[in-house]
Amino acid sequence: MRIMLIDDSKTMRNIQKAVLTQLGHTEIQEACDGQDALSKVGAFKPDLLLVDWNMPNMDGLSFVKAFRQSNRSTPIIMVTTEAEKSRVIEAIKAGVQNYVVKPFTPDLLSQRIQETMSKVAGQPAAA
Amino acid sequence: MDPSYIKPFIQSIQNVFSTMLQLPVTVNAPRIKESTATSFDVSGIIGMSGDAVGSVVLSFPKDTAERVVSLFCGQQLEVGTPDFADAVGELVNMVSGGAKALFPNKKVSISCPSVVIGAGHSIARQSDTPCIVIPCTTDCGDLVIELSIQDRSGAARPAAAAPAAAKA
Repeated sequence: MRIMLIDDSKTMRNIQKAVLTQLGHTEIQEACDGQDALSKVGAFKPDLLLVDWNMPNMDGLSFVKAFRQSNRSTPIIMVTTEAEKSRVIEAIKAGVQNYVVKPFTPDLLSQRIQETMSKVAGQPAAA
Repeated sequence: MDPSYIKPFIQSIQNVFSTMLQLPVTVNAPRIKESTATSFDVSGIIGMSGDAVGSVVLSFPKDTAERVVSLFCGQQLEVGTPDFADAVGELVNMVSGGAKALFPNKKVSISCPSVVIGAGHSIARQSDTPCIVIPCTTDCGDLVIELSIQDRSGAARPAAAAPAAAKA
């Protein structure tokens, strides 16, 4: 499975990459903001995107809206410090399938990824 | 400054440090600070705008910052490198983001973080807003949160919070 990590913090991308590697995912592309991600999604063709909200140049919400204009189905998980209910609703309306609030444990992130991919496959997530 | 802003930051730093670093944080009595000089050598800074306007600074002595960043990243990083600054910025980002979510009935946005490194640096803040220092103790050493936040929920909102200016 190809996964794109979009976060302006290299530290956060490394933490997420470590979790994904533990889950057996090795095809990972990184982007440092929404604009960078938009320039890479066409060639990389991700099966899943993990997107931060607050980023320079193009924030995560703007990226999701732009991405969803041409791609309705690839699952997106927002991974962000934005924890308010109104923000979660805004993100879901824009086309996000799942939401992880920072700080997170590796277990929580892997659970959300598995949940999201199971939903896409139409199967219940493994316990 | 409304003291109700203090508790969310205490809860948030304890949550961030325990979740990401497995590092308990003991919080000591907050105090008002007059000087613009930061308490320590390494400062992560976030601006707030919307119903609460101002700045949040997470300030560490160099040795403490090195130990905290090492726990966060799983490797030793040299102070002053971009990766070190990135890690400090992400910590203040998570602490501020977590705290603002606990502000009751307020819509607040946070800026991307900035990091200043150097002994004796100053961070300018709005002159009409006092600065509250929250001292914290961890097994990696002491650090502080410096809050300079003005409530704007009942006032006309500025277009954006003025970012904190730093001087090394």
